[in-house]
Amino acid sequence: MKANRLPILLLLFVATLVMAAGFDYGLKPLAVAKDVYVFPGRNEDFNFNNGGNIVNTGFIVTADGVVVIDSGPSLRYGQQMRAAIATVSDKPILRVFNTHAHPDHFLGNQAFPANTLYALPGARQQMLKEGNAFAENMYRLNGDWMKDTEAKAPEQDAQAGRLNLGGHTLELIALEGHTSSDLAVYDHSSGVLFAGDLVFNGRAPTTPHAHIERWLAALDRLEAITQEPGFTRLVPGHGPVSTDAAPIRQTRRYLQWLVRTVNEGAEHGEDMNEVMAHAKPEEFKDMAVITSEYRRSVGHLFPAAEQAALKAR
Amino acid sequence: MKPHRFFALALFTLAASVAHAAGASAAADGDPLGSPRWGDMRKQFFAGAKVVFDSRVKVAAPEVAEDPLNVPVTVDAAALADVETVLVFADFNPILRALAFTPRASLPYLGFRLKLQQSSPVRAAARTADGTWHVGGALVTTTGGGCTVPSTGSASPEWQQHLGEVSSRIWREDQDSRLRLRIIHPMDTGLSGTVPAFYLQQIDIKDGQGRTLMTIEPHEPVSENPVFTLRLPQRNGERLQVQGRDNNGNRFQAWVEQ
Repeated sequence: MKANRLPILLLLFVATLVMAAGFDYGLKPLAVAKDVYVFPGRNEDFNFNNGGNIVNTGFIVTADGVVVIDSGPSLRYGQQMRAAIATVSDKPILRVFNTHAHPDHFLGNQAFPANTLYALPGARQQMLKEGNAFAENMYRLNGDWMKDTEAKAPEQDAQAGRLNLGGHTLELIALEGHTSSDLAVYDHSSGVLFAGDLVFNGRAPTTPHAHIERWLAALDRLEAITQEPGFTRLVPGHGPVSTDAAPIRQTRRYLQWLVRTVNEGAEHGEDMNEVMAHAKPEEFKDMAVITSEYRRSVGHLFPAAEQAALKAR
Repeated sequence: MKPHRFFALALFTLAASVAHAAGASAAADGDPLGSPRWGDMRKQFFAGAKVVFDSRVKVAAPEVAEDPLNVPVTVDAAALADVETVLVFADFNPILRALAFTPRASLPYLGFRLKLQQSSPVRAAARTADGTWHVGGALVTTTGGGCTVPSTGSASPEWQQHLGEVSSRIWREDQDSRLRLRIIHPMDTGLSGTVPAFYLQQIDIKDGQGRTLMTIEPHEPVSENPVFTLRLPQRNGERLQVQGRDNNGNRFQAWVEQ
């Protein structure tokens, strides 16, 4: 490195620290349809710079109030989300739906009134059981962005089925696969489908609580919705909003490749390191964080595959 | 911040990092992994013996291990002739030794999984017939905590019925054959507070005539329900025997059909 570059690099480094010290997620509502907005997250892993903002959250402005889908990774995020929503609408918060129990989707709950918080029963159970451990881990990964954040599980059950809120017909779809309890929200009025983490776009999916077979079945159901005449937008849990089912197909192909690689590896006698060392197919090479996410997924899925291969005789 | 203040800070940061780098390499004593613990490791495991860092002793492990309870480690010293025994240890684990193995008639190769308490070098030291220790290693970054949680087994009575159960399979490869075996055992470290140390201490893999092909001596940090990957000489249709015991005197044995 040339010596004269060093001060510049150090300046950038210090500037990054100063910016992070403001703990501003810079949330700007992105209009994706009439009355429907998304706060797009970055396609990254959790770190001290992004403060956990790697997730897409969103909201729908109805005649009676605002329906929020997922509350983000921290109390600060939840608070900043409310402030950003207020720049669009001064209506009260009607409902907050948490799509599932992963920390980046519900740790902003503290910023919202308790009686507005809803999740599927299975997701609520997992938040109650593991929420504090998830939050603890998020402090390790995101540092002070997490200040004062505590896991707050919704006290109300989200019921699968249709629901009319302020003139919007919402369909709550109870699915599973990414976790044991995944909620998708389809707004029939705007044609926007909030898929939660059942769908990733341009970012490798995460699998710590995944059941791949059920996940694939859930993707089929979501894809069917994108074929309905009123459909307009797909909001994945992570990665850019799309106008078609391409992210669903990409997530499906990735999961199929993942499970095949892990199962075949086990069947051929490979150990975990050998499976982790597999090259990624061309079509997934440019996915964000694929190196670390694939390694994690092998860690999650390989032990069961290996046990099946060793018992197969 | 005023510009001159900033430069003073920048210079200080720079000077500090240069000083730190210089200090680290001196303390590491030629250790390619730059670990401040290397001097202690050398004293503890190799006192009075000749030790060389040797790239022929390969240790494969993920750079970042998300699951500190199951860090996959593959040791391959097959590029080295006359390996008598191999010791695997992690500089920063509360129990340093992970395992040792003696590749009598097998290749000096072993895959297994390890519990890590924090980020650490994971090293394999292969002793050749001339008494020299050849050391290779890999750095593993992890959130840690793997050594101070009780096993899943300790919380459930079910494992007792399956303790020592072996599932295994042999694969033919070009030059040799590969054996993978999984043994049900809690492998408790004794560091979790109330659960005492309870772990496999010796596993022998023998041929049909009872000749030992490989001896593995696990220690507490080997993962629960350990899975081992070995490379053995090709054999025709001969079944293998696995025998072992743990620190509580439980013995087990199983046959592996080719």
